[in-house]
Parts: sequence; C-alpha cells; structure tokens
Amino acid sequence: MATIGLPKGISMQNKVLVNFVHPLYEKSKANKALVSAINDIEGVTFNDLYERYPDFYIDIEREQKLLLEHDVIVFQHPFYWYSSPSLLKEWQDLVLENGFAYGDGGYQLQGKQWLTAITVGGTEDSYGAGGYNQFPIELLLKPFEQTADFCGMKFLAPYVMYEALMLSDTELADAAHQYAQTIRHLRDGDYKS
Amino acid sequence: MDTHSILFQAFIFLLAAVIGVPIAKRLGLGSVLGYLLAGIIIGPFILGLVGQDVTDIMHFAEFGVVMMLFLVGLELEPHKLWKLRMPILGLGGLQVIITSIIIMFAALAFGLKWQMALAIGMILALSSTAIVLQTLSEKGLMRTDAGKSAFAVLLFQDIAVIPMLALMPLLATLTVTSPNSVGHAALQGWQQTLLVFAVIISIILAGRYLVAPIFNWIARTGLREIFIASSLLLVISITLAMQAVGLSPALGAFLAGVVLAESEYRHELEVGLDTFKSLLLGLFFITVGASIDLALFLQSPWLILGLVALLIVIKILVLVLLAKQFKMPIIENVIFSFALAQGGEFAFVLFSFASKNGVLPQDIIAILVVVVALSMALTPVLIILCEKYLQPIFAHKAEERQFDEIDDGDTPVIVAGYGRFGQIVSRLLRSQGFQTTLLEYDAVQLDLVRRFGTKAFYGDVTNLELLKAAGAAEAKLIVIAVDNQEKSLIVTELCRKHFPHLKIYARAKGRREAYELQKAGAHFVMRETLGSAVLLGRDALVSLGYRNYQAHRAAKMFLHYDMRHLDELAELWGDEKQYILEATEKAELLEAVLKADQKDRQELEDHAWNAEDRPTSSTLDNVEKNQ
Ligand SMILES: Cc1cc2nc3c(=O)[nH]c(=O)nc-3n(C[C@H](O)[C@H](O)[C@H](O)COP(=O)(O)O)c2cc1C
Repeated sequence: MATIGLPKGISMQNKVLVNFVHPLYEKSKANKALVSAINDIEGVTFNDLYERYPDFYIDIEREQKLLLEHDVIVFQHPFYWYSSPSLLKEWQDLVLENGFAYGDGGYQLQGKQWLTAITVGGTEDSYGAGGYNQFPIELLLKPFEQTADFCGMKFLAPYVMYEALMLSDTELADAAHQYAQTIRHLRDGDYKS
Repeated sequence: MDTHSILFQAFIFLLAAVIGVPIAKRLGLGSVLGYLLAGIIIGPFILGLVGQDVTDIMHFAEFGVVMMLFLVGLELEPHKLWKLRMPILGLGGLQVIITSIIIMFAALAFGLKWQMALAIGMILALSSTAIVLQTLSEKGLMRTDAGKSAFAVLLFQDIAVIPMLALMPLLATLTVTSPNSVGHAALQGWQQTLLVFAVIISIILAGRYLVAPIFNWIARTGLREIFIASSLLLVISITLAMQAVGLSPALGAFLAGVVLAESEYRHELEVGLDTFKSLLLGLFFITVGASIDLALFLQSPWLILGLVALLIVIKILVLVLLAKQFKMPIIENVIFSFALAQGGEFAFVLFSFASKNGVLPQDIIAILVVVVALSMALTPVLIILCEKYLQPIFAHKAEERQFDEIDDGDTPVIVAGYGRFGQIVSRLLRSQGFQTTLLEYDAVQLDLVRRFGTKAFYGDVTNLELLKAAGAAEAKLIVIAVDNQEKSLIVTELCRKHFPHLKIYARAKGRREAYELQKAGAHFVMRETLGSAVLLGRDALVSLGYRNYQAHRAAKMFLHYDMRHLDELAELWGDEKQYILEATEKAELLEAVLKADQKDRQELEDHAWNAEDRPTSSTLDNVEKNQ
C-alpha cells in the first residue's frame, strides 16, 4: 500500500468529514458495510446526522464549524426517492446559509471537495434510457452537484453502489473495501476521479 | 415465663411497634405517636409488660438520637452548615436564653429557690431532637424554612447542653448524695476546654484523613456486614469519645457526619445506619411512652396537665415572637413553633445530673419528668392540630394580603401560577419576545422568584378583579398553570364568561382533570407529566439500544395517539363503564399501531425497492410512445 513506509502525517493532506445520513441504520446492510470499512481510518471524522439530530433540530454552528475544519466533505446515504433522506435536505437548508456558504461574507467552503457516496436499490442498467429509472444517476444527482458548485466547492464523481439490496456478503465487502480506498485517496490527496 | 429475658423484652417491644405504628399511621397520626402510645400501653401502668428498668433501655435507645444526628450531618456539607450559622446562633441562642429566663420566673412564682428555678428553666428550654426531626421529616417538612430553622435551634440546644452541665454544680443547694460522680469535673476549667477542642479537632481530622482510607480498605473486602459494623463502630467511638470529655455525643456525631458529608462513602454510611437509627429511635419513643409515670399523673392530674400546658404555651410564645423577628412567614412560623414546643430527651439526662449534684429534689424531678414526657407525646398531636386548624386560618389571612398593583403594561399573555410549570411556559414565550404577566398566589414562591429578578404579581387568580387588572380584556391568551384543579376550573369558567376572546391553555394533572377542564371550556389542555414522561421513555428506548431517530419517532407516535385518544374518549367521560371499555380498546389499538409501524419498517429491508410489480406509469408510457 502506498502509505506503508511513509511517515504518518506527510501523506495525510486532507481532513475528511463523512456526513452520514440514514434514518433506519439499524436495518441497513449496505451502509453498515461501508461504515465499518471507513470507521477507523485515521484523519476521517464520522458525523452521524440522524443519530445526532433525531428531531431535525440541527446545531447549525456545530455543523458549520465541522465543515470549516475539513477539506473533503463526503455525504454518505442511501438513495431515497432519487435523492437523499430528508434530514440531509434540512441540513442543506440550514447549514449552507447565506453569509456562510454563499452571499455576503460567505463562500467559506470555497475550494473544498464534495463527494456524494450513495447506495442505490436499482441496477446500473435501470438508470439510463430504456431502464425503468430512465435517467442516469449523474443526472439525478444534479441538485447536489449544483449546490456544491454554487458554494464554490468541487463536486467529485460520486461513489455509487448499485443493487445495494441484492449484493452478497462478499460483494458487499469488496465494495466496502473499494469505498475505503477512495476515502484514503481523498485523504492523501491522490484521488483520481 | 421469665419476663425479664432479653428475648421476651425484644418480643414485647417489637410487637408493640409492629401493631402500634401501622395503626397510628393509618389514622394519620404519624409513627412517633404510634410508638409513644404503644409504649404507654405496654408500660408498667397499663399492661405492665415492661418493667421499671425501662429507663435503662431508654438510655440505650438514646443512641438512636446520636445516629440520627450523624445521619443529619451526612446530609449537610460544611458550606450548608455555614449558611445556617445565623439561625443557629441567633434564633437558637435567643430561644434558649429567653425561654430559660421565662420558665425560671414561672418556677420562682411557684416559690422555688432561684438556683432551682434557673436549673429548671435551662433544662426545660431544650426541645426533643428525636421527636421534632422524626415528625418533621416524616411530613416532608425538613426542607422548608420551618424545618431548617427548627433544626438550627435544636443544634444550638445540643451545644448549650455543655455550659449547662458545667453550670449545674454551681447551683447546688441540697446535700449531695454522691458528690462529683462525674470524672472530668476534677479537671481545671482550661484543661477541660483544651480537651474539648482536642477531641473536636481530632474528630474533624480523623473524618478528613483517616476514615476514608479505612473505609476504602473495608469496602474492598466486599463484606457488607463488616462495612455496616464499621459504620456502627465509628458512631459508637465518637459517642464514647464525646462522653469521655463530657460533651454531647449527638453533637459529636453530627460534627462527624458533616465532615463525612463530602466523602464518597456517604451513601453507604446512610444506607448502613438508617435501619439501626430507625429501630433505635422507635425503641426510644416506646421507652418515653412507657416511662410516663401514670401513677404520679393520677395523683395530681391537674397540676401536671397545667404544667404541661404552661410549658407548651411559654415555648410557643417565645418561638413565635422570635421567628417573627427573624422574618419567618406566619404559615411557616406556626409549624416551627408548634414543632419545638416540648421538653427534650436531654432533660432526662440533665434532671438526673441535677439530682446527683444536689440541685433539684427528687419529688420535683419526678413531676417534671412526667411533664416533659407528656409534652413530647403531645408534640405530634400539636403538629397535626396546627396543620389541620391553624395553618388554614393563616393561609386565609395571607389571602387578605393586598393584591399587587399590576403595572407591566399591555401584555399578550397572562400566566396564572408561576411555579415550576408556569415558569417553563413563560420563559419559552419570553424567549420569543412575548411579554407575559405573571400571577402567583404563594407568597413564598413569589419572594423566591423575585430574588431571581423576575417580577411576578401577587394575587388569587380566581378573583375576577385581579384578572381584569392583569389585562385579561386585552390579552390574547391565558396559560393556567396553577397546581390546583378547583382553581383552574374557576379561572377557566371566569375567562369563558367574562373574556370570551381569550384563548385558554390549561395544565391538567391527569386525564380526569383534563376532561373537566375541556368541559369547562379550555381550548387546549396538557397533562402535566405527559411530555416529560414521554421524553424519559424515549431516552429509555435509546439506552435499550434504539437509535435516536427511531426512539424519537416512537415517542412522537405515542404522544400523537395518546392525545388523540384523549380527545376521542372525552365524550364518553362520565359513563365509566363505557369509558373503561373504550379506553382499553384504544390502548390496545395504540399498541397495535406502534407495533405495526415497527413491522412495516422491518419489511422495508426485504422488498424495500422492488420495481418488478410496479404498475406502468404514464411517464413510461409516454416515453415508449415517443420512441
Ligand atoms: C424510502 C425509500 C426510498 C427509496 N428510493 C429509491 C430510489 O429512488 N431509487 C433506488 O434505486 N432505490 C431506492 N430505495 C432503495 C434504497 O436505496 C436501498 O434500500 C438502500 O440503498 C439500501 O441501503 P441500506 O442497506 O444501507 O439501507 C429506496 C428505499 C427507501 C426505503
């Protein structure tokens, strides 16, 4: 592995924040696998939004501070109704406020990277012309992409796990390993999208 | 059977307690009176089941008082004690001095020598720590002003015993039968003083630095009974040490308790000693009852009754006036004064000391001992009478206090009742910039919140004039947060009648009260414990392994259905049978709903996103047609 032999710290260029959004994590399989793969990666902060804000009362100050302290912001969640679970929408509405993320005195997130990492029920084929989901994932994720762009953030190519409900345990483990690698690369600053 | 065997005696005492105390409690008389009556009944003058040696048992049982003060001390950290210094020295000191002097004059009026009169005055100025603390804490009054002040006075009395013991020999006028029976009297005054300080300082130092490591070591053995044994050992050692230098053991134990109040073993000590304390105190009260010399009483009942009455009246008068000087509200004042209006267990000790030193003759002592014991036995009765008859009068009197002029301008919200509930509502509204007019009826509470800088107005919210003055005609809504259903109902009705535009938000105790308020016309009723209980239940779910969000939803759903059922059942209220039937049904329904919700979410996992059996959508049709 690339980091072996290198003194710690030198390779860890970026601090990574994972904003995790799952209303029913106790029943999750896919996201559980992903979470357990990144849980103890050094330099990664894990922020479990539903656990912290079960009543949707979001601590705006805390969330903004977290954003400022990190260079890469990952939004990890299951794909719900072609978007995210609702708490993430609430989070966006409140945390990315005028004067912070944009507007006068805003754009404080400028230059940071945004990675959307989702688990999706449908197959890759279904997301495209002719498929019952009609549109490619990239297209459906445009609202996130545009949000990032509006705030001056770099929207990275999303991490997508298709057929999240069908994967076998070994397939899940492989996917999780790959996800962890992605996160490490983001941290080390050698992520190629 | 040998009626003197220890086991038989124990049998009698325990039986008396087991029968007497529950009956007394049932009758609302409190445990102390139960013990005392049980004692009178088994005593030498009625059933004669316990003999004349009852005074020996009493001396043993007095150890219960020592333990009680140790336990009281444990609850009182040094800084809290320091805060009590004014009531202890001021209130306590004046009480002892003034009462002593007045009783002395009374005794002089009976033609006694001044030395005897002074001795009697001092002895009778003391009250009974055991009876007062037990009765007050049983009634939950120890935390009130009255309770705290009573405790302060008792504490001073315990201290006052020391100079009394020192003074007593100087008052001797009779030929002494066994002079100087007390060892330490041989010491010089300053030596004695030095010794006292040495003992007190060693108690403090030992409590600070010695006891903790020892208990630590003992606790590690994991033997509970050894821990209890060492707790007992601790208290007994203090008692012996204090007795050796002629100090009050109760005082020493109290001091040790205070020193240990900050130690980590405080709770273990409390738990370990509490049972012993209670049993010994019970025993003590029984022996007091049993030692009342009914034969002597029957010889001169009127004299003794008269003396008892005189003692109680003098004490109450002094206490009432002093407490007034110390600005105690009258309602608290009467309880405080009635509670302390008796002779104390120290009187028994001091009487025998006075007799040994030739201060008082035996015949006077015999009568006064009966007087003291009777006054002790009457204390619980006095307190009950005071609560039942006197306090309501003064509560009424307090009502006559002028309602405050209300001058906080136009406010949209009136909060009636500024206790724990009203405070939260009002603070929330104020945090959002809404002015609230606060009305409170409890003068003590009112003064308390005023000390925190909140302006609440004094007044009875069931008074239409007050509501008008509070601006009910202009306000938008009234929050009825009083802790009294009758009053809430009256206010609701008054508002509906005179201020029909006013929205009424009412706090209710339970379902029944909620229905009544709804019927009376309240627009919104909330049961006072519902919110907090549901929140606690939610947190309990989390600690059982739920994620916060599911716990939150479960709590919300519970709240939702519970409140909806309340509304639906409201119509049936009054028809009890039907109500219970429906209520059970609803409760079952609620449970079913909650479970179904859970099941839904479980099934999510299996076919959460199943596209196969989906009906063809119009969009898809269009897409296909377009192709
Ligand atoms: C409310 C809800 C909406 C969903 N919407 C979609 C969707 O729009 N497209 C899709 O492909 N899968 C959808 N799914 C399936 C989820 O994406 C899938 O269950 C999830 O990614 C599995 O991850 P997990 O095991 O961590 O819960 C939805 C599932 C739920 C419960």
